[in-house]
Amino acid sequence: MMLLPCPWCGPRHAGEFRFHGAAGTRPDPATTTPEQWRRYLYVHDNPRGWQTESWYHSAGCRRFLTVERNTLTHEVRSARDTQLDAAPNAAEDAR
Amino acid sequence: MSILPTSRRARSATGAGGAGGPAPMRLAPREGEVIDRKRSVEFRWNGTPYTGHPGDTIVSALAAAGERVFSRSYKYHRPRGVLTASYLDPGAMVQVGDEPNVRAAHRLVAAGMDVRSQNTWPSLRYDVKAVNGLVERFLATGFYYKTFIKPEPLWPLYEKVLRTFVHAGEIPPDSAPGCYDQRYAHPDVVVAGGGPAGMAAAVAAARAGATVMLVEEEHQLGGHLRFGGPAERARLRELAAAVAAQPGIEVLTDAVVEARYDDNWIPIVARSLPGIDERLIKARAGTLVVAPGLVERPYVFAGNDLPGVMLSTAARRLINLYAVRPGHRAVVLTANPEGDAAVADLESAGVEVAAVVDARRGETVTAAHGRHGVRAVELGDGRRVEADLLVTAVGWTAPTSLLNQSGDQPVYDPRAARFRPDPARMPDDVLAAGGIAGDGDLDQLVAHADAVGREAARRAGAAGGAGAGSAVAVPSLAVDEHPELFSAGTGGFVDLSEDVSAKDITTAVAEGYDSVELAKRYTTATMGPTQGKLETVNTVAILAAATGRSIAETGTTTWRPMYAPITLGALAGRPHQPVRYSPMQPWHERHGAVPLVAGQWIRPEHYGDPAAEVTAVRTGVGIIDVTPIGKLDLQGPDVAKLLELLYVNKWQKLGIGRVRYGVMCAEDGVVLDDGVTGRLGEQHYLMSTTSSGAATVWEWVENWLQTAHPDWRVHVTPVTTAYASINIAGPRSRDLLARLTTDVDLSAEAFGYMNVRTGTVAGIADCVLWRIGFTGELSYEIHVPASYGLHVWQRLLDAGADLGVRPFGVEAQRVLRLEKGHAIVGQDTDGLTQAFSAGVDELIKLDKPDFLGKPELVWQHQRGTHPRLVGLQPLDGSIVPPEASQILDRAGGIAGRVTSSRMSPTLGRAIGLAQLDPELAVVGTHVTVRLPDGSDVTAEVTERVHVDPQGERQRV
Repeated sequence: MMLLPCPWCGPRHAGEFRFHGAAGTRPDPATTTPEQWRRYLYVHDNPRGWQTESWYHSAGCRRFLTVERNTLTHEVRSARDTQLDAAPNAAEDAR
Repeated sequence: MSILPTSRRARSATGAGGAGGPAPMRLAPREGEVIDRKRSVEFRWNGTPYTGHPGDTIVSALAAAGERVFSRSYKYHRPRGVLTASYLDPGAMVQVGDEPNVRAAHRLVAAGMDVRSQNTWPSLRYDVKAVNGLVERFLATGFYYKTFIKPEPLWPLYEKVLRTFVHAGEIPPDSAPGCYDQRYAHPDVVVAGGGPAGMAAAVAAARAGATVMLVEEEHQLGGHLRFGGPAERARLRELAAAVAAQPGIEVLTDAVVEARYDDNWIPIVARSLPGIDERLIKARAGTLVVAPGLVERPYVFAGNDLPGVMLSTAARRLINLYAVRPGHRAVVLTANPEGDAAVADLESAGVEVAAVVDARRGETVTAAHGRHGVRAVELGDGRRVEADLLVTAVGWTAPTSLLNQSGDQPVYDPRAARFRPDPARMPDDVLAAGGIAGDGDLDQLVAHADAVGREAARRAGAAGGAGAGSAVAVPSLAVDEHPELFSAGTGGFVDLSEDVSAKDITTAVAEGYDSVELAKRYTTATMGPTQGKLETVNTVAILAAATGRSIAETGTTTWRPMYAPITLGALAGRPHQPVRYSPMQPWHERHGAVPLVAGQWIRPEHYGDPAAEVTAVRTGVGIIDVTPIGKLDLQGPDVAKLLELLYVNKWQKLGIGRVRYGVMCAEDGVVLDDGVTGRLGEQHYLMSTTSSGAATVWEWVENWLQTAHPDWRVHVTPVTTAYASINIAGPRSRDLLARLTTDVDLSAEAFGYMNVRTGTVAGIADCVLWRIGFTGELSYEIHVPASYGLHVWQRLLDAGADLGVRPFGVEAQRVLRLEKGHAIVGQDTDGLTQAFSAGVDELIKLDKPDFLGKPELVWQHQRGTHPRLVGLQPLDGSIVPPEASQILDRAGGIAGRVTSSRMSPTLGRAIGLAQLDPELAVVGTHVTVRLPDGSDVTAEVTERVHVDPQGERQRV
């Protein structure tokens, strides 16, 4: 089990997190086709190398993290708070 | 059972003339011996009493008493004796009491131990299965894939017969459960191996400020120094004193570093600890120093598995650690200084050395002869030497497992005749020290290890940040030349654990299995309990010779975790899962509650009579502890938007003081959870979830807020255990609650069905009361600050005594809700049940612009082919079909299943819920339910609500 560098808690055992997979884009539910929707649900890339993923620190700060990880070496290039990245002010309010 | 006449007198290993009788092979006291001669321990070997000393292994005590055979081999049931006299010894697996597969050359004798040989019949000495050797053709190379296969229907019979031939031990069904423990550790440095290099590295790392775990497989630190000469023993005393004097080192003996995973996640299994059988230590280390030393390699020749053929390290262990003479007359095949030292040790032990065969001069041994043990040795020059002992010292294997698991690929070095790690491929947080890294005299190895230890501490950040300071200059170790000696080419066994012969390897090549990974699997060489540490290189060498390739070209097999076989007990360990109780649990226990494990919670299933509890709720009033219900406090201006997204129904118009039931789906349209949510204030809501779904829903809510809608202003606080929750249900529930509430008007007009109020209950302020009805009765669910839960529970019981108030448990609640036709998520639905199959059609608002899972529900609705959740009543109301019984269509195919089924005390008949194909899901249809015993009953499809379909009882 590798270590993940949580921006709030420091390096932590991957077992403390839940893996939510590569960050995907949700199709517009009003116009989506079954094909597009199921691609969003089930058909995910499985790259050999760098991937941007979502991890939830369920046994720690309970924050969702955007992690750039090399699937081959498990090297982690960056791990950022997803909400803070997208909407710094809203995230501050929520905390 | 033994057919040998057994002596009534204990066979003793206490020394000639000792109290217990003769120990013919025990030597006079030796410097460095690890046995305590002042004390004795008596144990039994195949029913016969034996005596040894504390510090003896099972094998050393038996060998001292003159025993030579400790097991029968895996396939051919050949007699086997000492080979390595260490943990790895393939000939020394025994049963100790109810523990199978004990390493008898490692496990220390203890008083009263009942040791037995494994799977020998009728006795170790006269094992009739040795006849296997005569019918070898049935156990030909790759026999797993060739024989006992056809005809296929006979396989169960074959399997049964074959099982009795396998020399695994047995676990009696009445075995007492062991005590296995777990521990987490965060040392800066883990040192795997407590020989001179490991000890020096540990001391150096600790001196540099690191916390160190020094892990040694044997029972003492020291490695090969323990069975060396006076100079080695002196060095061992120095190093041991340095370890003992140095703060910051935790020494674990009889412990194994089992594996190395990413970022130095390191499982260590430790034995010989007080009060427990084993402890699994899960260590996260800054740096791992791999210092396992070298493993001596056996030589392959005809008769190499006979008792009396042993490695030079085995002979030296027996003599120097246990003062046991390994034989009377020896031939020594030596190719290195350690073999030469064995000659000296044998002579000092009074063993007559009949011949020293020096492989460095091209001399060799071609065969050992004998039936139950070595009687004569045939040399390369044709001479035949009478001897009962053949000691071989032909080279070393580097046990690189932990390095392989770190990403390293060992490279074969023909000059040194062994595979060596490739330093270029080692990650920064793994270092190697000692024999695995290279050769040298003791001073050089210790100096190298000292530098490695300091560098390990630096890389672990023991002083300042990780990698602070400049790198330590680690001296390089030379590699000594060693002749390449693997096989005499006269046959013999390559893998003594699995009974794989040299011929099996060449046969495998002839049959096309010419890659090392294929040949390994085909012959099972290296797949036995020694896991390749003795036999991998010989296997590769013989394979290389048979294919005409070099050893380097042939490569080696992958060494995977675990380093040493691990017990299931150590893996299972002691559960660390916390258990949750409500504040009312002490009351439940005092009042006969039958406990139910529900996820993390322990809660009352019933208090002795669930049917009476149901009737009490239907006719009077009952109270149930529903504390495990998940509760999320939601505050902020955007809560309504969030609820609109999460639930399939509408929330924008929920007024303050109102409660609504909702169902939430995952994005695949499958029902995720359900529950009620109430609006307590303008921007303040309280959401409830199922008990088992509390954690999932919390994560689900956070996911959508943090990742998809980071700008929404909602603050989520889990309050599941901040409140104790009690449901008061039954026609008299209002009367009961009114006696304890002063500031909430409970009248039907002021506090109607599906409303929420806050107020004081039994003197406790800030309680949340919602009027909802899972049971179908008039009922109030009250959430009180947790520390007052027991107080309020008790006051309800006291105040309602004259009303006949009665506590009820989860079972009564299940029946009550089933009578009412309410589905339970996860019971009446499963991982494939989309919302239109959950009986909540009227709730799903497909006209909402969006909600989670909406597209799938649109398509489910359009298709219309989905199963429906229906009520079910067997025509014979006395039959309660077990849940999960199949429902058959007219052609006998599966058309559905019973999801809930109970006897209804209210109706006096069996009722249920079922998932059913749409063609049959029409009220009034008769369907066939197949019971587990194969019989069929007829049941009628009904509305889901079995009791009070108009809902009049809960709206009063």
